[in-house]
Amino acid sequence: MAMLHTVNKSPYEKSALESCLNHVSEGDTVLLIEDGVYAVVKGGRAANALASVKGVKIAALEADLKARGIGGDKIADGVEVVDYGGFVDLVEANDKTEAWL
Amino acid sequence: MSEGVKKFLYVNRKAPHGTIYALEALEVVLIGAAFEQDVELAFLDDGVFQLVKGWDTSDLGSKNFAPTYMALGDFEVTKVFVEKESLDERGLTADDLMELMYEDEDDDWAEKPSIRIVSREEMARIMAANDVILSF
Repeated sequence: MAMLHTVNKSPYEKSALESCLNHVSEGDTVLLIEDGVYAVVKGGRAANALASVKGVKIAALEADLKARGIGGDKIADGVEVVDYGGFVDLVEANDKTEAWL
Repeated sequence: MSEGVKKFLYVNRKAPHGTIYALEALEVVLIGAAFEQDVELAFLDDGVFQLVKGWDTSDLGSKNFAPTYMALGDFEVTKVFVEKESLDERGLTADDLMELMYEDEDDDWAEKPSIRIVSREEMARIMAANDVILSF
């Protein structure tokens, strides 16, 4: 029963990502969207938190990264960048979706 | 400082797109500058994300207001303070920020950077030194 978790809040302002990471199971995917994508900035406190979670795929939405000037080597290793089509694929590939607001 | 001019500090603590705060702050800053008030800007916490260079909202369909920051110097908004601790925590450095410039009328209109990276302690002093603080 793999789940997709979406997080749309900045990890530096809200606890949505922290709570999400505390509730994920192995095989789940965490998709960062909107201000949630700030978590992937390499060297940031939130990126370190993402790296410490094992067995969970981390993805971030390309349009939201681009809108915030986060690209290339500013994205932490191990993060999969997906477009809107990829978002749909993730929804389809998982049994259910939980939105962390 | 001449009579009737107050020192205004605009404190920016929100990321640029998730809420309307950043865009509204810019509007108010430009209005304040037009009334020839002494204006300073502070960016701390998630507010530092507003100044990250290269953002492009074309795929979101929302207004791309990044160029407005570049125009602040033309409105004589020349003091932009960015908190170092907030950058560090978010994996950012001064090199990741837009190059905001102004022309210094007291120095033969030489182009100078508007952004000054300050410590949390200095930021507290800047807040204490202003007459009016507007928070966004």
